[in-house]
Amino acid sequence: MTDDKPTTGGVPVPVTPAGATSGAPAEFPPAAPAGRGMFGNQGTGDVSGFGGLVRRHHIVEDAPRPYGGYFDEVRDALEEAYPAFGEAIEKVVVDRGELTLHIRPERIAEVCQVMRDDPALRFELCSSVSGVDYLGADARRLHVVYHLTSMTYRRQVRLEAAVTAEEPHLPTVTSVYPTADWQEREVYDMFGVIFDGHPALTRILMPDDWEGHPQRKDYPLGGVPVEYKGAEIPPPDKRRSYQ
Amino acid sequence: MTGSNYATERETTEGRVFTVTGGDWDDVVSGVDPINEGRIVVNMGPQHPSTHGVLRLILELEGETVREARSVVGYLHTGIEKNLEYRNWVQGSTFVTRMDYLSPIFNETAYSLAVEKLLGITDDITERATTIRVLMMELNRISSHLVWLATTGMELGAISIMLYGFREREYILEIFELITGLRMNHAYVRPGGVAQDVPDEAIVKIREFLKVMPKRLKEYEDLLSGQPIWLERTQNVAVLDVTGCLALGVTGPVLRSAGLAWDLRKTMPYCGYETYEFDVPTHPDGDVWGRYLVRLAEIRESLKLVEQALDRLKPGPVMVADKKIAWPAQLAIGVDGMGNSLEHVAKIMGQSMESLIHHFKLVTEGFRVPPGQVYVAIESPRGELGVHAVSDGGTRPYRVHYREPSFVNLQALPAMAEGGLIADVIAGGASLDPVMGGCDR
Repeated sequence: MTDDKPTTGGVPVPVTPAGATSGAPAEFPPAAPAGRGMFGNQGTGDVSGFGGLVRRHHIVEDAPRPYGGYFDEVRDALEEAYPAFGEAIEKVVVDRGELTLHIRPERIAEVCQVMRDDPALRFELCSSVSGVDYLGADARRLHVVYHLTSMTYRRQVRLEAAVTAEEPHLPTVTSVYPTADWQEREVYDMFGVIFDGHPALTRILMPDDWEGHPQRKDYPLGGVPVEYKGAEIPPPDKRRSYQ
Repeated sequence: MTGSNYATERETTEGRVFTVTGGDWDDVVSGVDPINEGRIVVNMGPQHPSTHGVLRLILELEGETVREARSVVGYLHTGIEKNLEYRNWVQGSTFVTRMDYLSPIFNETAYSLAVEKLLGITDDITERATTIRVLMMELNRISSHLVWLATTGMELGAISIMLYGFREREYILEIFELITGLRMNHAYVRPGGVAQDVPDEAIVKIREFLKVMPKRLKEYEDLLSGQPIWLERTQNVAVLDVTGCLALGVTGPVLRSAGLAWDLRKTMPYCGYETYEFDVPTHPDGDVWGRYLVRLAEIRESLKLVEQALDRLKPGPVMVADKKIAWPAQLAIGVDGMGNSLEHVAKIMGQSMESLIHHFKLVTEGFRVPPGQVYVAIESPRGELGVHAVSDGGTRPYRVHYREPSFVNLQALPAMAEGGLIADVIAGGASLDPVMGGCDR
């Protein structure tokens, strides 16, 4: 399973329009200068004077101890049960009453194993696996996000692992949580993240011969302009819009 | 060609391929040597009346026994999650409501709860709005379970229950139409509250429904619960125990039918469910019969919840007080569905320039949501419905992912079907209650 589409810095090369043969939208927008200007769309006449505004990216920072609630217990239990804690955990973030552990991608399966099996943790259920593409905000732009639920202690925790678009590999957690099977396939399908060791990593929502990974931020929404009462309305991603 | 006009066969490198759209099975396989070609691969769907929508199953059969089963999904993928990223946060409601079309209120509520958590206004949601959400969700749970009962009954040969189930669901859809203006795709629950207040005639209609429904439930039980064919088709069929459910991530009635009383309304309450009185029905056997009993019992519990919610409904606002978030238009139901109230239009167009500016800004630009991410899970009729919402600080969702119980639960189908009879694939698949609109999004 290789992602053999030619890429430069995660942005597909414009001379080989992806999907020209399989029905995918054939043009890519320029590499998104994320965070500039007030309007989301480039190229429409912006006469507002707001085009020079720079929007700072949100920086995710380590939370200070104590975190409050059960979060300290979860962290301490994991630290005790998992010898490589210091090396594997990149960041611990507490935001809006939710605990996020940022994990080094190559360690994710080990951490999940401990999270499931340790008697003080017992995260029996992997609720959700999803992806987020932080294009322009993070050098390792593709994040895989796992939501684990402990039915014993009634707790929830989020694990997050970030990989680059050039080297989008991390180990599968299907041996720990079989339910991650289809969810990892969806993340592969939509973001092109490759889960090493997955039993059958194939596309699941898009057709098998589809090119590109639609949920990436540099993949266009597509669509055609429509005529409404004599005026031509551009497709949603080409309309002038607020960021 | 075999004798029937409905079936054709051709030789391929993979073996002989039959295209069957009807006719008699014995005619179709009469040319197959039962000793050397003992295994047949049957491609069921994606257009098959008993697969609950466009679900495709690939079954490897040995006689009537299923040796291997694989499900193929994605035929109804519409890119809703991608589309959300190009609309503002409020517009998102109209998209997510179309995912799982049998439980639109749950999709909307989960989305709204996630946006509210991102905004940090969870505690500002008015009591009346929360009570209306509970009321609508429980009515929706009943209507969803009724469709399950109706379609599963039909798939297993009990046609009358199909008519009864849809009849009562129609009643709930009429209530929804009275309240939201639409039978489905309501976009009624919105970030900040609900789109508009519940009219008095809807309350009367719900009270009527509460009187009628227990009798109707009794009718369903009279029809099915002692019926020998129904028992044969459901008892000890498609068994999945708690270990299997947890490994495969199966939640909802299927998990509870295996004996684990895991219901997010009780275990991780939201929308004030901890203040309501209701039970979580379970069954020890983990078979289709158990799932049928659990769902019927859940309809009764939902009726209790609807009644309690009605009693609590006190007059008050149904949207947050913060005018930077609350949708400015007071909606009203006109002859053609829900729209801006004429009073509001008169105000912004004729009386108050400031109101017009405010309306324009909030409708075209929307509100900004502070950056960060949240995960909100609620108990939908099919299990844990989770929303992972990410904001980059802008007026549009940066990423919204739905943890769809239909999608996750469908993974359990091979575990239920393999080693069983082909007829039980239908019973097992139906008992998962997959809705492909939700599964494929």
